[in-house]
Amino acid sequence: MVAKRIIPCLDVKDGAVVKGVNFEGLKEVGDAVEMGRKYSLDGADELVYLDISASKEGRSTFVNLVEKIALNINIPFCVGGGITSVDDASRLLDAGADKITVNSAAVARPELITEIASKYGSQFVVCAIDAKVSDGIWRVTTHGGSRFSERELFSWAQQAQERGAGEILFTSMDHDGTKSGYACEVYKQLSTTLSIPVIASGGAGKISDIADVLTDGCADAALAASIFHYGEIPIPVLKNELKKLGIPIR
Amino acid sequence: MIAVVDYEAGNIRSVCNALTRLGAEYIVTDDPEKIRNASKVILPGVGNAKIAVESLRSKGLDRIIRMRRKPVLGICVGMQIMCRRSEEDNAIGLGIFDCDVKRFLPTNDAKVPHMGWNTISNLESKLFKGINEKEYVYYVHSYYANLCTDTIATTRHADVLFSAALKYENFYGTQFHPEKSGDIGSTILNNFLSL
Repeated sequence: MVAKRIIPCLDVKDGAVVKGVNFEGLKEVGDAVEMGRKYSLDGADELVYLDISASKEGRSTFVNLVEKIALNINIPFCVGGGITSVDDASRLLDAGADKITVNSAAVARPELITEIASKYGSQFVVCAIDAKVSDGIWRVTTHGGSRFSERELFSWAQQAQERGAGEILFTSMDHDGTKSGYACEVYKQLSTTLSIPVIASGGAGKISDIADVLTDGCADAALAASIFHYGEIPIPVLKNELKKLGIPIR
Repeated sequence: MIAVVDYEAGNIRSVCNALTRLGAEYIVTDDPEKIRNASKVILPGVGNAKIAVESLRSKGLDRIIRMRRKPVLGICVGMQIMCRRSEEDNAIGLGIFDCDVKRFLPTNDAKVPHMGWNTISNLESKLFKGINEKEYVYYVHSYYANLCTDTIATTRHADVLFSAALKYENFYGTQFHPEKSGDIGSTILNNFLSL
């Protein structure tokens, strides 16, 4: 049986891991390679690195960083942030990334998913979706949650799957940063209607939140950032507790 | 010298990085002479089996590999193309392992691709020296090799029990990615290098 995955997410700006609320007041929390290595030794199942650099220099620093991560870490890792073309994806693949995420650029031009998946395979393409509720509808947002798109969450996730995405990484912008638990009902609906794995993101505050989204929420993986970065929940403790609950964990 | 075969099999860099971490010397090559003479050969693989095997044939490497008497390791698609045939675009394999490669059918309990950490069981090879039953390794694939007399490890994805690893004489194959399977994977790769 495939184990449920625990995935620390590292936001990277100009080579350093940063953390902030709503991208304001960013605080440097460590070195990207060292933190990745530590998480991997702690038992993380996979890592996600998101480049939040806005500048061109920041982007090329990120590609160099991906090479270092690939050389130093022996578990799978996914990278994303600002990928708008097959060429962007190719550079990251060549640098050693196992997967990439597409987000805003795919919302604007869904063919991007098809293009990358047909060249490198579905296993390489994770479709990241940020959404929040507006007038009772889960609407897809772009640009870090700052803009509403015309798309609705469930139909967009379905389309992403049909276009060749290998996984969906859904972040509820209504839950992100609140530490009050994941949007379990939404994950359940996504997970039971899609045939590809679903990664839950946004809202982790305590161990039971993660347990809930992996059981009631039927998510295949749980992603979190600050609870890991600040040592609030050490990964070995988390995995041990999840195992005790009978959840399949490596 | 270890030869990592350079053919159209997606990302071979992860395998090279893993060899570097183990301190092993290797070359990445599609030169038939070097592949014939290497002490170990690794066929990495991510992507499409048909494209991979045709790339191997167009370089004339299929026969060179089949005729080797020293260790060869195929990883993921690299293993699948060493089987008889694959349902992926009806690819014809090298016919080294006595089994066929089939597609997973998605069900409620079995998402496709089979992606993530799953166990290895019924371990029967020096490849798994120092590895316990039911250790977790990393898989990413939509096609699987059925069980056969060459099976040296098994795993299960929902209802399907399949070959997690295969061996025939000097030929080895793993469906999982040892280069991405943490310390367990490093041990398995190291065991291969020590054969």
